[in-house]
Amino acid sequence: MPSSRISDVFTKLKSENRLAFMPFITSGDPDIAATGELITELGKQGCDLIEIGFPYSDPIADGPTIQASYTRALDKGLHVNDIFNTVAALPTEELPPLVAMVAFAIIYRIGPEEFLTKLKSAGFSGMIVPDLPGDEAASFFELSQKHGLDLVQLVSPTTKPERVERILAAASGFVYCISVAGITGVREDLPPELKDQLRWLREKTDLPLAVGFGIGKPEQIDMLRDVADGVIVGSAIVRQLEPLAKAPDQKKAIIDQIGNYAADMLAATKS
Amino acid sequence: MADTSRPNLPRASTAVAEPTTHDPDARGHFGIFGGRYIPEALMAVIEEVTAAYEKARTDQAFLDKLDDLQTHYTGRPSPLYEAIRLSEHAGGARIFLKREDLNHTGSHKINNVLGQALLARQMGKTRVIAETGAGQHGVATAVACARFGLDCVVYMGEEDIRRQKLNVFNMRTMGAEVRPVTTGSRTLRDAINEAMRDWMASVETTHYILGSVVGPHPFPQIVRDFQSVIGKEARQQCLEETGRLPDEVIACVGGGSNAAGMFYPFVEDDSVQLTGVEAGGRGPQPGQHASPLSYGRKGVLHGSFSYVMQDDDGQTCDVHSISAGLDYPGVGPEHAYWKDTGRVNYVAAEDDEALAAFKKLATLEGILPALESSHAIAHTIKAAKQRGPDDIIVVCLSGRGDKDVTEVARLLGQEL
Ligand SMILES: Cc1ncc(COP(=O)(O)O)c(C=O)c1O
Repeated sequence: MPSSRISDVFTKLKSENRLAFMPFITSGDPDIAATGELITELGKQGCDLIEIGFPYSDPIADGPTIQASYTRALDKGLHVNDIFNTVAALPTEELPPLVAMVAFAIIYRIGPEEFLTKLKSAGFSGMIVPDLPGDEAASFFELSQKHGLDLVQLVSPTTKPERVERILAAASGFVYCISVAGITGVREDLPPELKDQLRWLREKTDLPLAVGFGIGKPEQIDMLRDVADGVIVGSAIVRQLEPLAKAPDQKKAIIDQIGNYAADMLAATKS
Repeated sequence: MADTSRPNLPRASTAVAEPTTHDPDARGHFGIFGGRYIPEALMAVIEEVTAAYEKARTDQAFLDKLDDLQTHYTGRPSPLYEAIRLSEHAGGARIFLKREDLNHTGSHKINNVLGQALLARQMGKTRVIAETGAGQHGVATAVACARFGLDCVVYMGEEDIRRQKLNVFNMRTMGAEVRPVTTGSRTLRDAINEAMRDWMASVETTHYILGSVVGPHPFPQIVRDFQSVIGKEARQQCLEETGRLPDEVIACVGGGSNAAGMFYPFVEDDSVQLTGVEAGGRGPQPGQHASPLSYGRKGVLHGSFSYVMQDDDGQTCDVHSISAGLDYPGVGPEHAYWKDTGRVNYVAAEDDEALAAFKKLATLEGILPALESSHAIAHTIKAAKQRGPDDIIVVCLSGRGDKDVTEVARLLGQEL
């Protein structure tokens, strides 16, 4: 496993016997300035990585919470360059590694080479491309490596064992393990089969395993302690941004609230 | 039991059973187009559908069932009808209409739906979902689910529900649940997004009957094959009725399924010019039309790489067409391939032209075409003018216009 800022984080956490906590936020919701402030706040709380969603008009893997958030951002006229400019203005070396969540539709339109150049120079460490499954990803993976960016791949509960090898061949950074079949969104329970799949994946790869989709509560982190290396929380954070569309004066309060939430989740990763 | 009344005409199953050199590669590429740009969560079911389809193609019992349904349920073959007064009006080539409007449910959509409903049963699925724009694919799916006793949910944009009340009523009467889609542009593209989301969480029980030659592999191939009965029949009928192949074949292009089914059997007939007609809307300015092949660029949408209407950031643009069934920012990947290889020529017909063609076909031939099909008729009248009386044009009349009369009356400022 080649070393990168992302892999270094996981190596360090292993020695501390702690899970990584990775919050997801939508860029441009409620506005791009708030995104910069949120990243700063989440970094200050000690989050291990931060996922930055690039709003997309047709996000089929996302549930209603994240989709609505993407729509709010796009309705305000957010452009991809706004995201790059905002992140580039932050002291990214002092922040946790930033991972873009971005549709291949966007990457292809901008041009893979140009997109990766801009992503790198803005200070991102890697990306997740939810609509570029392992099979289509080989050449893009090579290109990402050349740019020194990790390409995180997803594995779903329905992924057949024989596919996993092909997926891992085009993966770096960590493996994003989808906890349940379906779309993003907060759920009450985690399915029992999840642990079996994580144990099985552990045999197949040295890459850290991070679990996402449906995670929102500290107790869920406890459940995953023995089998995973990190958790990703999206909808549970993004839904806290919702009220800002109607009450923009609450911005400071909501950013603090998300900071507190992150602190609670981080505490649960330790014990 | 297959058709015995017209034993000389090709059956629906022949286009399904024969692998050809025009099939996409194993991962669904037509040249650089197509593929599977989908979330990993859909990959397993997409592979299941691919395997089930490959098995069905060589399963005689499956193929016989399809032929039986197409004959006795759909009413195939559909006639090839020479529109003499329309031809006189155009003042050039002889115009023949391939009458898909006469199928059960009133459009070509049933050809694909019956095939996929059989496939759903073969895979042991008990529930079917579909997206619909004009409602024709939704109605065909509701009908097939009633016929096979499958649960049926149809996703439909709120805006389209308003435009297509008759079809919504028909779907519900057939026992389908019509779920209004309130996200994004509230039209066909958002209905596809919602159907994909449903499918990701319901793969165990559910088959998604995608209604056009779009989406991830294997849909563009499956839908083309099930629709190819249109062109297979038309080719043979033309030979029988006129003694030769047509000079030009024309079809409207939304996602591109009636056009793919019509063109595909003619692809190797070099003498036959193929023309796809997109929705030109109110003109070529962005947002005013739904013509990705004429004005769009290459990109990814709904799981495949094709031509698409996108902005500089890769965000899908809003599109416009008078006809809900053509109001879609993408197009099937095989059409993109045919465009780039030059095999098919794509043009656009605008709202006004389609409306005028709607009226012309009604008054000259006593046929009310669907607004989608009216785009093909509009271009056919132009194309026929450019040709001599010995030339033959075959055009796909993909559906009947009953569903559109409320909208047409509204546009003409009349009360129903
Ligand atoms: C009658 C009719 N023709 C054409 C279309 C466009 O679809 P396609 O391009 O897939 O044939 C539709 C879609 O709803 C339709 O109802």
